[in-house]
Amino acid sequence: MKKSNSRITSRVQRNWDWRAAANFIGGGVGSGLIFWSVLLSPLGYDSLLLMLLGLALVGAGLFCVWLEIGRPWRALNVFKHMSTSWMSREAMVAPLLFTAGAASWLFEPMLAWPTALLAILFLYTQSRILLADKGIPAWRHPRCAQLVITTGMTEGCGLLLLALPLIDTHQPWSWAVMLILLGLRALAWRHYRAGLKQTSAPPACQKKFAAINPQFLWLGHIVPVILLALAFIQAEAAMLAGILAFGSGAWMKYILICKASFIQGFNMPHLPVRGQPTPSRTVSAT
Amino acid sequence: MTRYAMAVDLRRCVGCQTCTAACKQSNATPPGVQWRKVLDIESGEFPDVSRTFLPVACMHCDEPACEEVCPTTATQKRDDGLVTIDYDLCIGCANCVMACPYDARSIVHEEKHAYGDKPMANEAIMFDPARINVSTKCTFCIDRIDLAKETGQTPGVDHEVTPACVNSCISGAMVFGDIEDPDSNISKLLSETQSFRQSEELGTGPGVYYIWDKNDEKV
Repeated sequence: MKKSNSRITSRVQRNWDWRAAANFIGGGVGSGLIFWSVLLSPLGYDSLLLMLLGLALVGAGLFCVWLEIGRPWRALNVFKHMSTSWMSREAMVAPLLFTAGAASWLFEPMLAWPTALLAILFLYTQSRILLADKGIPAWRHPRCAQLVITTGMTEGCGLLLLALPLIDTHQPWSWAVMLILLGLRALAWRHYRAGLKQTSAPPACQKKFAAINPQFLWLGHIVPVILLALAFIQAEAAMLAGILAFGSGAWMKYILICKASFIQGFNMPHLPVRGQPTPSRTVSAT
Repeated sequence: MTRYAMAVDLRRCVGCQTCTAACKQSNATPPGVQWRKVLDIESGEFPDVSRTFLPVACMHCDEPACEEVCPTTATQKRDDGLVTIDYDLCIGCANCVMACPYDARSIVHEEKHAYGDKPMANEAIMFDPARINVSTKCTFCIDRIDLAKETGQTPGVDHEVTPACVNSCISGAMVFGDIEDPDSNISKLLSETQSFRQSEELGTGPGVYYIWDKNDEKV
């Protein structure tokens, strides 16, 4: 029996472009910034401006998606399928996040804490959107969701490192958090790529990630770690580390959404058996 | 219960693309959009090579990934197994396009015609503005299936209520019908043959079966 398992007609999806990527980038960095700026605020700075910046980034990402959908004036239909659709759930969490953020700003600063929790929830819903997309092997892998969450948290902390000295002062504890997050993201990245290999994701998809791997590890992780060590001598180095941590994460997510998103393709576990059975060679040989 | 499904006998398909043309004609899909297509697959290594044709379209799954992710409920699965799209609800977010493992869905963002800006007579008649900027896919010729309920005919048996691709197939490679009915043509054929479905490991339960050999146990 002839067998063929090669993946047929796998190609990059063409429907989600930079606007969709911008939602995952803006949502990730915005959520991460809100979470870390609030969580680390007991160190002694006012997190309000940073939280508002995070909300603006989340909003910008959602606006980009609104620009991408085919029927933007029907966008409110997005709330109709809470029972199973993570896109509906993302849409539901977003207004709660903005409302909590606004209430924290206008009425009660303590509401920053539930806002931070909602930001994490928003990031989680984004990761589940990708996980539910079974047509894209690079997204449906469970480790993709882990990578998206870890990346969002790292990007957010990176932006915090950049923005803190601009509104207040450097916070060395945030450098320590950044170091841990960089380690976690590097692990998640390696774990994810190994998972893609194990599940035989389209080779072209794996090649895309292999192509960015050296730069992502060096510019996104190793150099920021060195810069964070240098920050104890020259504090401004932490800002550069933040830029690299944020920029590399955004770049990786752009590749994930727009370049490595190869579709499932088809396979032929069995080739059709046509015609007469082949005569037995052993019989004719004797 | 009725569960409509399709069987494609790969031993019979000759790759003529008549089903592709019949689908385009019946459903007036614009240039570049093929709800049904036939893949031409070469496999093996010289001199042991083979060529196979694989007709693909929406698989009308038991557990459609597209329905699960659709944020608007525009995509629904009917009791008879057909997966439908409500063009008036769809927002064209393409989440279903990403969720479908079978590359079955398309979104067209502008009116297109086969020969430039001016539509041919049939294109002008069949153009549906509701299909612009929303997700579209094979419907198993749902209007014909629904007609069967009114006329009492049997989809897969009576041509008037059978999908256009099945009617057009020159080699009889495609069979359509109710797999819950043990006496239907498709049930009998599937019991006599060996078949597979695309990417079954994903748990979608595709409603299209690909026959590749006879069933030795039955012969």
